Amino acid sequence: MSAQSRIHVMSESDVRRAVARMAREIVERNGGTEGLVLMGIHRRGVQIAELIRAEIEAAEGVHVPSGTLDITLYRDDLEVVGPRPIVGGSELPAEGIDERCVVLVDDVAYTGRTTRAALNELGDWGRPRRILLCVLVDRGGRELPIQPDITGRRIPVQPGQVVEVLVPEHDDRLGVELVRKDGDET
Amino acid sequence: MSEAASPLGKDLVGLEGLGGDRIRMILDTAEPFKEISERRIKKVPVLRGKTIVNLFFEASTRTRVSFEFAEKRLSADTVNISSTGSSVAKGETLVDTARNLEAMRIDMVVMRHGSSGAARFLAERIPSSVVNAGDGWHEHPTQGLLDLLTIRDHAGGIEGLKVCIVGDILHSRVARSNIYGLRALGAEVAVCGPRTLMPPVPEELGCVVFSRLEEAIEWADVLNVLRLQLERMEAGYVPSLREYNRIWGVSTKRLEAAPKDLLVLHPGPMNRGVEIDSDVADGEHSVILNQVTNGVAVRMAVLYLLAGGQPEKAEAAKQGGES
Repeated sequence: MSAQSRIHVMSESDVRRAVARMAREIVERNGGTEGLVLMGIHRRGVQIAELIRAEIEAAEGVHVPSGTLDITLYRDDLEVVGPRPIVGGSELPAEGIDERCVVLVDDVAYTGRTTRAALNELGDWGRPRRILLCVLVDRGGRELPIQPDITGRRIPVQPGQVVEVLVPEHDDRLGVELVRKDGDET
Repeated sequence: MSEAASPLGKDLVGLEGLGGDRIRMILDTAEPFKEISERRIKKVPVLRGKTIVNLFFEASTRTRVSFEFAEKRLSADTVNISSTGSSVAKGETLVDTARNLEAMRIDMVVMRHGSSGAARFLAERIPSSVVNAGDGWHEHPTQGLLDLLTIRDHAGGIEGLKVCIVGDILHSRVARSNIYGLRALGAEVAVCGPRTLMPPVPEELGCVVFSRLEEAIEWADVLNVLRLQLERMEAGYVPSLREYNRIWGVSTKRLEAAPKDLLVLHPGPMNRGVEIDSDVADGEHSVILNQVTNGVAVRMAVLYLLAGGQPEKAEAAKQGGES
């Protein structure tokens, strides 16, 4: 990898505050925790979903079912990129998703293609009553008409910059950084 | 598709020379595909719009159906052609058949053929991806891979494991694919069977050779029992089925004499009471039906990995990272 410059944009406490607010917004939107299901999108959406779940469970004192989605097999760029490794696999909560309010959780909203793929995959798994999209960071740059319902923070991003959401499970810390990868094509 | 650069290359002709890394990649990719067959809707859209021809010049039920399930669960469009009732029966050559299929715009051919080397021959002559579903005595790579996956599932790993292949090694493409794959992953491989059904110099395969089944069972962690093709008896390789069973049949009595619990595989279709006794086939050592289940997942992984892509664009696409 070529030379990198990193700009710190959200600290651990920034992320935790954002997560706490997102958790409240989710419960508010759903009018409580009844029928709520959190689905984290691999990879880092899974950890963000777990943070949100812990927050809701602490505040409301209930168990919130959650699952994970690996959308690799639903991507639209197989012809362009070729086969990618399937990192996580999809796991549904035992309760299923039929007639539930499913909250799709991802770390970054960018082109909208991951969300499109996730919506298609959810459609194969069942028929939720409602689907909400929840992201920690919205970096703009949408290529599809898809917008998050609940956003942690909007961060305008220059060409050549990548938003990296860091989670303890993969990166040993929690936070958000902007990385400029000089010399890489965008 | 034509400039497809999959991590496996254009085709899967055999496991010989594929290397441990690529074999492990296929097995690791098969892992998440297992789960798709357990879903209510057993289908993902990843190969939507791809056309796959299953070209079977030899009888096959398990392999053909397994490929077909794999293709359909990946949303590919499939066409089945068998040699009877097709223009092949009218004397068309293999290349002409394939070129005519290509003229109808296909992406992959899965082929079973009676001649060793047929898969490579075809792969070199058409731009579509070719998957070998068994060619003569040469290789049956997806069978080798599903055996590897099943062994890995049950033994926890393959490196250092002792695997003995029992039966007709000489005529067996399953044996060859198993030997290449197992050795690439660091297993110790042995062969065991009647001298008439061994290659002239079996040691050339890089295997330990046992001339008695009892010795093989004492040595091995895993037995992969091959089908005795009944025409071998007619051709005089073995005197009678009863004698074959008495000397080479895997029975509970023989397994009980083993110092440890063995895993028993069989590629099917089984001749119960010939190479394997019924109580073994249906018993606790047997993972034969797990092999069949894993076959679909392994074939899904192979088809997925052979699907096209342009690696020079991959880095640029990945740069966006989270999308």
